[in-house]
Amino acid sequence: MNWELIFGQIKWTSFVFAGMIENPSLSEAIASGAGSIAVLGALGTVVLLTVKGWWVPLWRDWLTSVDHKKVGIMYIVLALVMFARAVIEAALMRAQQLAATDGGGFLSADHFGQLFSTHGTIMIFFVAMPFITGLMNYVMPLQIGARDVSFPLLNAISLMLTMAGAVLIMVSLVVGQFSTGGWSAYPPFTGIEFSPGEGVDYWIWAVSLGSIGSTLTGLNFAVTIYKKRCPGMSLFRMPLFTWTTLCTSILMIFAMAPLTAATIMLALDRYAGFHFFTNGDGGNMMNYANLFWLFGHPEVYILILPAFGVWSEVVATYSSKRIYGYTSLVYATMCIAVLSFAVWLHHFFTMGQSANVNAIFGIATMIIGVPTGVKVYDWLLTMVGGRIRLTTAMLFHINFLLTFILGGMTGVLLANPGIDFQVHNTLFLVAHFHNMIIPGVLFGMFAAVQFWFPKAFGFRLHEGLGRASFWCFAPGFLLAFFPLYWLGMMGATRRTFTWSNPDYLPWFALAMLGAALILAGFAFMVMQIVVSVRRRAELAAPLGDPWDGRALEWSIPSPPPAWNFAVLPQVTARDAFYEAKKDGTAYRSPAAYEDIEVPRNTATAPLIGLFACAWAFGLVWHIWWLVIVSFVLIWAVVIARSFATHTEEIVPAATVKAANEAFLAAVRATPGVTRDQEMTAANRGRAIPESLEASAGALAAGAAVEVTR
Amino acid sequence: MSLSERLHPGINLAGTDPESHEAAEEVLFGFWIFLMSDLVLFAVLFATYAAMSVQGIAEGPRPAEVFDLTAAFLETLLLLFSSFAFGFAMLEMKYRENRRGVLGWLLVTGLLGAGFVGMELHDYYVMVTAHGATPQTSGFLSAYYLLTGTHALHVSSGLVWMAVMAVQVVVFGLSPAVKLRLMRLALFWHMLDVVWIGIFTFVYLYGVVS
Repeated sequence: MNWELIFGQIKWTSFVFAGMIENPSLSEAIASGAGSIAVLGALGTVVLLTVKGWWVPLWRDWLTSVDHKKVGIMYIVLALVMFARAVIEAALMRAQQLAATDGGGFLSADHFGQLFSTHGTIMIFFVAMPFITGLMNYVMPLQIGARDVSFPLLNAISLMLTMAGAVLIMVSLVVGQFSTGGWSAYPPFTGIEFSPGEGVDYWIWAVSLGSIGSTLTGLNFAVTIYKKRCPGMSLFRMPLFTWTTLCTSILMIFAMAPLTAATIMLALDRYAGFHFFTNGDGGNMMNYANLFWLFGHPEVYILILPAFGVWSEVVATYSSKRIYGYTSLVYATMCIAVLSFAVWLHHFFTMGQSANVNAIFGIATMIIGVPTGVKVYDWLLTMVGGRIRLTTAMLFHINFLLTFILGGMTGVLLANPGIDFQVHNTLFLVAHFHNMIIPGVLFGMFAAVQFWFPKAFGFRLHEGLGRASFWCFAPGFLLAFFPLYWLGMMGATRRTFTWSNPDYLPWFALAMLGAALILAGFAFMVMQIVVSVRRRAELAAPLGDPWDGRALEWSIPSPPPAWNFAVLPQVTARDAFYEAKKDGTAYRSPAAYEDIEVPRNTATAPLIGLFACAWAFGLVWHIWWLVIVSFVLIWAVVIARSFATHTEEIVPAATVKAANEAFLAAVRATPGVTRDQEMTAANRGRAIPESLEASAGALAAGAAVEVTR
Repeated sequence: MSLSERLHPGINLAGTDPESHEAAEEVLFGFWIFLMSDLVLFAVLFATYAAMSVQGIAEGPRPAEVFDLTAAFLETLLLLFSSFAFGFAMLEMKYRENRRGVLGWLLVTGLLGAGFVGMELHDYYVMVTAHGATPQTSGFLSAYYLLTGTHALHVSSGLVWMAVMAVQVVVFGLSPAVKLRLMRLALFWHMLDVVWIGIFTFVYLYGVVS
């Protein structure tokens, strides 16, 4: 019996627990512990779903759904689960570096290498990407007054491909090892000669699945924004979050392909002996660096632009002011999107191209600071004279302005090739990009959760615990990463599991303290969600507009019905909903209702995701029968789906009318709240527009404008 | 011009209501964008080939030593004629709504496309057996096989898609959904022509000259 035909290269020793049994050490124990958590977590989920009888609802209401709102929520749940793993890995690395004077510490070099590789890969591809994608999914169609994205099924397929990649990375905790080549996986180290085994293959296929998912997402969102805006919603009336979604989508369409090409070439090198990036036979690893960063640099703007959109919405809403310099913000976003393709070379100034080439890319890099600076001034000026409420989201925003500027300054430093030669590959660089991504992207997403959570679930998040998490996250970030600037300038190289300079110790200790605070912040965040779910009755804001919102998403119930808008809105200005509230034309009953077509649920997407995951797993372990079978099955599902005819169902006008009129009646019957009462139980989601608060007495009774016909 | 022609002169739907036209526009626009991102992939492969066909020769053969221009020219003819045939299929669909005509021309397209793929496989066979030019030989050949291979894979998946569409024409007739899919397949097929023209010029002609 040839077991290799069936199991490929999987052996007993591939399982993480085998290492612990055969060669016990603290490092192996931690690896086994992580593997156990993955297994127990999966088992626990299965048990919970079975005991609670949630399998059917999970499948019927969520996994098979193509509703952009549910797809968006699933993306964000995925991001949070993966965040939990990657942030713990970060704390482990900090602890190792603190303990690692003169070869001390508790992790083996190889284990440490896997940790920074999975940490980076997960944080970029399976935390940041799903987080922004989920948010764009949820919010963008609501902001442009659409009932769904252009291609709802494709949207669900993107989600399932991303999820397949994430599952693959989780599987690598238990079966086999992950790559030690970092998140950028530079060859020739990641070539078969220096990294035999399955680690790099896990990286290749997980990332490939994620990147295909993101390409399809970008395509889908760009088409949605171009073609599905409601009547009157001209491009320059779109909310800024939608603008940034558009720019990010365009970047996704153009930037993901080079990554796919690079991973395919690396795979061909490893599996079939090609010579794209090998040392001999005409291979050239410099091409990999170019391809990877041709994706990698636009990627950082793919991540930050939606966060910029979030900041624009947050600062305008919590300052009760229209955003300052709307047009300049739009042009700045577009400038950044275009420039992002002109700077990739600054990731490898030291690779050996001529000084003039370096100079050109250095200057291009510095120029990006200009539109970003424009944005910062716009956000600052939005606050001037506004009615600022220091909510959790707003605290994150102010923190963002302060720390992001510092990170940007170090970016301008690094853009100078002369300085880059000194500090490249040190912790200075690590400090710089964390300084951009954490306060910018990650905290942007956290602020977005605080801001839009009541829209998605119909109740607010507990404000006190939110602030507690902020007061851990913000100083935690400073403590964890600012010491790294010093360490970098002292010469501490990145990705190093041990060191011998005793001067590093106090800085690593500070960084460890920061990591602990960040963990505490995350714990508060989880607690905040749990507590809020428990107290959802008192936090309820079903009427849809808890923050005196400005764009269309706040004009509908929370959570919104499957069809989003009972009647497609007609837009005549920017901040359409805010203007309507001010003019007293919000919450009017429409003249007539019509039947609405919504897509039916389908098992297509989860099946494709399942088979894609099996396909990738087969490739990692050279289980060729599985590769062939799952590949055929993926396309069989696609073809079978193309023969399905009843893919849509009709929601009758009467149903829509009943739901919408009940919502409108509830709104009219509820007295609005002023901004002072925003965080009290009185806030049911009916806001008195800030500009009308003076006359609130008359309005509070909710005797608003009904259309008489 | 009729209303539908005025609305969307570029879309070969003819004879359907304005609403279908509007829905079609969104779908086709999405497919154009997909093609664009596919072309980025090809652009990256072209760029890689450009670098490697000069710097990645190593001990292996040079482009001029392994390429057969006659075969490449015949392949070009096969692929371009297959596109021409697809054009006739689309005309049959638009002006005559003629199922048999569409199927017949699709068959011609498919045969020519299959001929193209067959000839290309034969090229590979000759290169490997007569010149020992395998993809493992040098960086240049790795890039060559990846670029032309990706194109050939696209053509092959187009053939599978065509077969599925032929079945759908039989099962569903020329319904709006089927028409839209045929139009997307046509776009896909023509894009592969464009890419092949690039390969023929840049890889074969330029490679043999230099």
